[in-house]
Amino acid sequence: MIARSPDWRIAGRLARHTILILTAAFALLPFLWMVSLSLKPPEEIFQADFHLWPTTFHGIENYRVALTAAPMFRFLLNGLLVCAAIFALQLLVCIPCAYALAKLRFHGRDTLFSAVLVGLLLPHQALAIPHFVLLNVFGLLDTYAALILPWAISTFGIFLLRQFFRSIPDEIIHAARLDGLGEFEIIWRIMIPMTAPALAAFGIFSVVAHWNDLFWPLIAVRREEVSTPALGILLFRDDEAGQFLGPLMAGAVIIVAPLLLAFLIAQRRFIDGLAVTNMK
Amino acid sequence: MAWLAVSPALLLLVVLLFGPVAAVVFFSLTDWQLGSFAFRFTGIANFRTLFTDPTFWKALSNTLVYAAIVVPGTVLLGLVVALLIEASPRVRGFYRAAHFLPVMATMSAMAIVWSTMLHPTIGLVNRALGVMGISGVNWLRDERTALLALALIGIWQGFGFAMVLFVSGLKAVPQQLYDAAAIDGADGVLDRLRFVTLPILGPVTMFVVILTAKRSFEVFDSVRVLTQGGPNYASDVLLHRFYTESFDFLRMGYGAALTVVYLAIVVLLTLTQARLLERRVHYS
Repeated sequence: MIARSPDWRIAGRLARHTILILTAAFALLPFLWMVSLSLKPPEEIFQADFHLWPTTFHGIENYRVALTAAPMFRFLLNGLLVCAAIFALQLLVCIPCAYALAKLRFHGRDTLFSAVLVGLLLPHQALAIPHFVLLNVFGLLDTYAALILPWAISTFGIFLLRQFFRSIPDEIIHAARLDGLGEFEIIWRIMIPMTAPALAAFGIFSVVAHWNDLFWPLIAVRREEVSTPALGILLFRDDEAGQFLGPLMAGAVIIVAPLLLAFLIAQRRFIDGLAVTNMK
Repeated sequence: MAWLAVSPALLLLVVLLFGPVAAVVFFSLTDWQLGSFAFRFTGIANFRTLFTDPTFWKALSNTLVYAAIVVPGTVLLGLVVALLIEASPRVRGFYRAAHFLPVMATMSAMAIVWSTMLHPTIGLVNRALGVMGISGVNWLRDERTALLALALIGIWQGFGFAMVLFVSGLKAVPQQLYDAAAIDGADGVLDRLRFVTLPILGPVTMFVVILTAKRSFEVFDSVRVLTQGGPNYASDVLLHRFYTESFDFLRMGYGAALTVVYLAIVVLLTLTQARLLERRVHYS
């Protein structure tokens, strides 16, 4: 490599940081703004000059209103419950199917795999009317089941896990069979532990998607008691207390915080997980 | 044994995916209404209603305009940020996390935050413009700017994700290529970019373009929360039109016909993506 002059290097470094600070500011400003407003009394939000940090600290009051006027913790708990149930169901359905597609020979395997590939093409929003009708027939609208059941199958999960299962050498499975392990034991004791990172990546993909989803909860439920976070914050906005910006922003902080904190704690996992699941 | 393992998946594939697709096509050809058991085949009547409805065409063209802004904006910004982040290890971790944060944030909550930032008097955007002596507009209530504002939010949400995909593409560029280029005389930053990095990133770029286009066609949350398609349909998009017709007005036949059209568009995009991905394999 030919060394460049130091002046150029410094200029380049300066340009890099200038641009990246600007784009990072674009990405972060809404978060700063949200937190800032959530700490301010109403008159300060509406006054002509703007300070990032409030002159009168009103944070406790705003968060108290947000937590008492709407069941914020209930929303978070619902989100947790719904996401966990969806992911558990998806694993239960996808893992055996992916294993069979990857490692077993059976009549109709290729046809089934083609069906999975076709399923990958279908945007879930396009299935909203039939899912709604189906849940209506069984009287399940406005329940947790309505939020969970339509997602029980993930063709994407089957596809992804099949790819990972295929990368495990057949010799290991043959050896396990010789040791007398049944196929479900092989799944449980060999495939799952050996593909744990892939399962984690799929989990992150699934949880992020369903925690943030608004489209389906908006169709499937109306009651506050079963609302997920993304829907709950909307219900709060349309509520009386949500007319006040301070508490509304406090509510938004409460809704987005859990996932953002999880992300900040396990950054690499999240970024790699979401990149892998989208590239495969 | 194998069939035991696949049977739950097979059952759910039929009940939750292929059955519903068939049902949508079926609904789109009938005058069926929610709650009734009677229906008549009406042929392409629903599609005729759809294609003669100006609000459908408005939603379709808005979706295309939205994609035409969001796709290049997201891809370019993502690419620039990825190149700059990877240029040096300094503060790399912070920059990566900061740009990725919007990807993780719940859109409905952040859309509410954006509504206060775009507020005509107390919003950050108009305050900042005011400091520069420019009088801002009521971004979300103005027919000329509503869709633009939504597109800006779309870019904000997505460019960090494009960045991550580009970064993983950059990591795959072998160092030998840069060395070889240097021997051939391409050793300046711009030369390296032009002759090595960008050509290698070609396939990843195509992938990011298609992925962003697909996401643009799925835009819904911000529209629902911020403008509900208004003012005067200026920011209505396909998925929001579908939601309104099907679940606010309960016009299921119309909604089903719209679904069929929507399905065709998304499937086409996904197939293009799959074709490109197949080609990409040959590079590695």
